[in-house]
Amino acid sequence: MVSLFERKPKIPKTAAEIVKAARSQDKIVASELINGVFKNFFELHGDRLNGDDPAIISGLAQLGNKKVTVIAIDKGTSPEERIAKHFGGPTPDGYRKSLRLMKQAEKFGRPIVTLINTAGAYPGRTAEEGGQGEAIARNLLELGDISVPILAIIFGEGGSGGALALAAGDEVWMFENSMYTVLSPEGFASILWKDSTRADEAAAVMQVTPTALLSQGIIDGIIEEPTSHRKVIKQVTRVIDEELTKLMALTPRELIERRHARFRKF
Amino acid sequence: MQLFDELKTLGHKHVKVNKEAQQKVPTGLWISCPKCHQSFYHKDLGVYQACPSCAYGFRITARERLEWLVDDFKEMDTDLITKDPLEFPGYMDKLTKARKITNLNDSVLTGIAKINNQECALGIMDPKFIMGSLGTITGEKITRLFEEATRKNLPLVLFTASGGARMQEGIFSLMQMAKVSQAVKRHSNAGLFYLTVLTDPTTGGVTASFAMQGDIIISEPRALVGFAGKRVIEQTIHQRVPEDLQDAETVLAEGFIDAIVSRDKQKDTIAWLLEMNKKKGGRHG
Repeated sequence: MVSLFERKPKIPKTAAEIVKAARSQDKIVASELINGVFKNFFELHGDRLNGDDPAIISGLAQLGNKKVTVIAIDKGTSPEERIAKHFGGPTPDGYRKSLRLMKQAEKFGRPIVTLINTAGAYPGRTAEEGGQGEAIARNLLELGDISVPILAIIFGEGGSGGALALAAGDEVWMFENSMYTVLSPEGFASILWKDSTRADEAAAVMQVTPTALLSQGIIDGIIEEPTSHRKVIKQVTRVIDEELTKLMALTPRELIERRHARFRKF
Repeated sequence: MQLFDELKTLGHKHVKVNKEAQQKVPTGLWISCPKCHQSFYHKDLGVYQACPSCAYGFRITARERLEWLVDDFKEMDTDLITKDPLEFPGYMDKLTKARKITNLNDSVLTGIAKINNQECALGIMDPKFIMGSLGTITGEKITRLFEEATRKNLPLVLFTASGGARMQEGIFSLMQMAKVSQAVKRHSNAGLFYLTVLTDPTTGGVTASFAMQGDIIISEPRALVGFAGKRVIEQTIHQRVPEDLQDAETVLAEGFIDAIVSRDKQKDTIAWLLEMNKKKGGRHG
């Protein structure tokens, strides 16, 4: 007989189940994560060029005695909010705001924490006209030698270049129920098999799960994700604090060399 | 109301076609430009394979381009072969076919070139190799090219052509964007010149990384340059978008391309830009 108090053994989820869980409505949102993990979060707006993308929430915050810059991609909660945020698809303004704050963090020697949940950069007409490609390209270029620690956490979807623009840093950690992909499994199935209904099969082939990505060295760790948001916040806080402590002990030169080696191996 | 009543005019079902006679006419003598839709005699494509009326550069292999572009070329990294990281079904056959068509090991040709006596590192992406998609070997070859250029103090010229990341290599293709970008940064930090030449089509992950990182970005006329595919954009906004939304000319007007240069002028223009952007010495000029 199984005791009521005995923990149910965890059955590993299939790739398709992880995809579903990563996109779940119950998934913690960026604002809750920021306010739960950090204290005194002060939001900073705008790219100083064209506008302010609400899909990117960014600003200054404290974690214990650490001063950090936080940059998060937020899908929003209410329907109006979700539309304004393009369901978590940042515009070029968002990527330029992100880069502006990364440069600012570098100037003042603050580590950067990015929190990522996006199906991909917003693929709309205005984004195209605003230079979506150029905006992401510039982020990837500049991330190559920003001399402060950059810790990326993928907590839902990590969709393609739109996620990479905030994840090409020193370490990438993923939530247990999150994915990191070159393209959505639907898009993948549609392009390669001309059949978007084979998304579940695609998810399995693509190696989208944290476990698969960890074994390939694409990411550095997995964060447990209990159903309670309070417990999730506790887990994330611990990981961010520990990893930043390690990264902050490195000299800027060591940091950049390490980051370079991290991507050079692929 | 129609001007002519189809029933009263001779529809094609009433005209007998002599199929045997039709077969004697060779096909491919007349070519229609996919951009301006002008038809022209195939010999008018010329050595540059460009439309005589709108100068659109037809998609050509990297080796075809090399023929009229360089005076001297030493190829690099011809033996790198992908490890097929996802063990994707049918991928190896696709690669074999692509290699046959392009005579390349992957979607980019790299080496050290001389263009009008200007020495440079040169990369040419091949739109006929799985649509110039960015896979692990493409990324590795371009990264090595940047590293070699940085070591040898050489400027780098890269012709881009790509449908985006190579799907068959999944997340490893995505990582190439970051890997190449870091190599570009190191080359740039060494004070060296990077020129990108966008050719039809330059899209997706290549646009969102090294295609848009040049000190100077030039494009071929009427080349498709964009991030998202047209179909994806239309599905996102539930509206049709203009035919020329991603034409190089539109992207230039939006401020993301420096100049449009047709193929017949590319060799001289590139050589001149290389001369104008030498690594600076101690004194100006």
